[in-house]
Amino acid sequence: MERLSFDLAASSLSDMNRFLHRDLADGDRRHVSVVNPDGAHNIAVGLNHPVTVEVHGHAGYYAAGMNKHATVVIHGSAGTGVAENMMSGTVHVKGFASNGAGATAHGGLLVIDGDAGLRCGISLKGGDIVVGGSVGSFSGFMAQAGRMVICGNAGDALGDSLYEAVIYIRGSVKSLGADAQFEDMTDADYTALAELLSKAGMDHDPKSFRRIASARSLYHWNADADQEY
Amino acid sequence: MCGIVGLLVKTPALKERLGELMVPMLIGMTERGPDSAGLAVFADPLAEGSRKLSLYSGLTDEGADFNWHGLTHALKDHLDVEAIIDVKNNHAVLSFAVAPDMIKRWLREHHPKLHILSTGRTIDLYKDVGTPAEVAERYDFKSMKGSHLVGHTRMATESAVTPDRAHPFTAGEDFCLVHNGSLSNPNDIRRKLQPHGIHFDTDNDTEAACRFLEWRLREGDELEAALQRGFDEMDGFYTFLMGTPDKLALIRDPFACKPAVVAETDDYVAIASEFRSLAHLPGVKHAHVFEPAPEEMYVWNA
Repeated sequence: MERLSFDLAASSLSDMNRFLHRDLADGDRRHVSVVNPDGAHNIAVGLNHPVTVEVHGHAGYYAAGMNKHATVVIHGSAGTGVAENMMSGTVHVKGFASNGAGATAHGGLLVIDGDAGLRCGISLKGGDIVVGGSVGSFSGFMAQAGRMVICGNAGDALGDSLYEAVIYIRGSVKSLGADAQFEDMTDADYTALAELLSKAGMDHDPKSFRRIASARSLYHWNADADQEY
Repeated sequence: MCGIVGLLVKTPALKERLGELMVPMLIGMTERGPDSAGLAVFADPLAEGSRKLSLYSGLTDEGADFNWHGLTHALKDHLDVEAIIDVKNNHAVLSFAVAPDMIKRWLREHHPKLHILSTGRTIDLYKDVGTPAEVAERYDFKSMKGSHLVGHTRMATESAVTPDRAHPFTAGEDFCLVHNGSLSNPNDIRRKLQPHGIHFDTDNDTEAACRFLEWRLREGDELEAALQRGFDEMDGFYTFLMGTPDKLALIRDPFACKPAVVAETDDYVAIASEFRSLAHLPGVKHAHVFEPAPEEMYVWNA
């Protein structure tokens, strides 16, 4: 299979993204490597083909945002908003990720080997996120669908105002957000979790995780609450 | 939006290259802060009884043509003070071996438009409007030497684009602070400080934070205790980077709304809003790179 390389120290990011958007044929499965990313923003955003893009170094904001079909591997850390609004495909960050990782992702799989910052998986809409390390505060805020697996710990307000997304966590939770609750793991949870961990290449025992989901008490307006004005 | 940068060298030989390593860091933050830039450099201290002031003449009628040598003659005539002046464009460092209050009082009386940027034994401070590249060139930032520095690129949101509202801000002696973010209660902080006789040069929100923290240090708080008071008192979004004669310190608000990344090697600690300002540093590919957590204190010793 043909291999392509872009050196961002020598050529522009726009040239690379333009190539990935315009010059690939439908179903293109080529392998593209990116060297000297040097924290540039918007690396490999908006991909629409099943290519594999390997980024060798640290990526800036919004890396692999809006990804569709592609596999993007970042051999380094990722800045704010990695894989935000992903539709499908896989994004794998080998280092840590900053705030808002996987925000609003509709589909696909985001794997972060290290820690994720605050607001990981905020407003998740159907994508899956597996974090090898810990996540910052307000992760899973208003997550509507999809699954988050956290192998480390979580900060404050985990799963605040959750809809139907489910969170599996192995470590400690500093605090749960409003309407989030621990629930018993079912056989279906263990099966789903084992599959996600396997896809992410992490070999933790599913039995060591706890499930967090919505208590659904915010789904309907409670006219009797706090009536004393 | 703004950009912050900081660099502290551990290897003594790198003190000579401090400015040269920093200029690409500052220019790397141009998109985050294109309207003004500034830099505070900490170097070997002057003798115990000596002080230096960083002065800015850009707001005077003479501007870059300010008669700096006339100033030193007048100090000799009026106050019998031997002062040494080191001039770069509209900026000068004035050094002398007397208490600084007397000199500052005289300057305010005789040259009210001359802006006093900093006071101390170790700090030199430069700031002005213009792109980071223009400001770095104007003051020859690449030639700066010292053990550590704090830099800033500004995109103004909370007060006007003027040289005195650029960062770093200073208060007291040998203390400076740069800020990415916006405070929501700077006027509360001002009203708390004013009864203590604390005077403000500008209407800028960052100046309130700078004077608050310096006030706590002056009241005897250790740096960590002062920063803890800061977490309790300051509301809003902030990544703050501070410099003292022997330390760099960084804190982020509880929501970590403004970015920061650190790269540490055996030779240096480098801090920036984003990694793209660190990518050129020697050995950075093998550095320990991490993101500082919110509401944690990070203090590095020079």
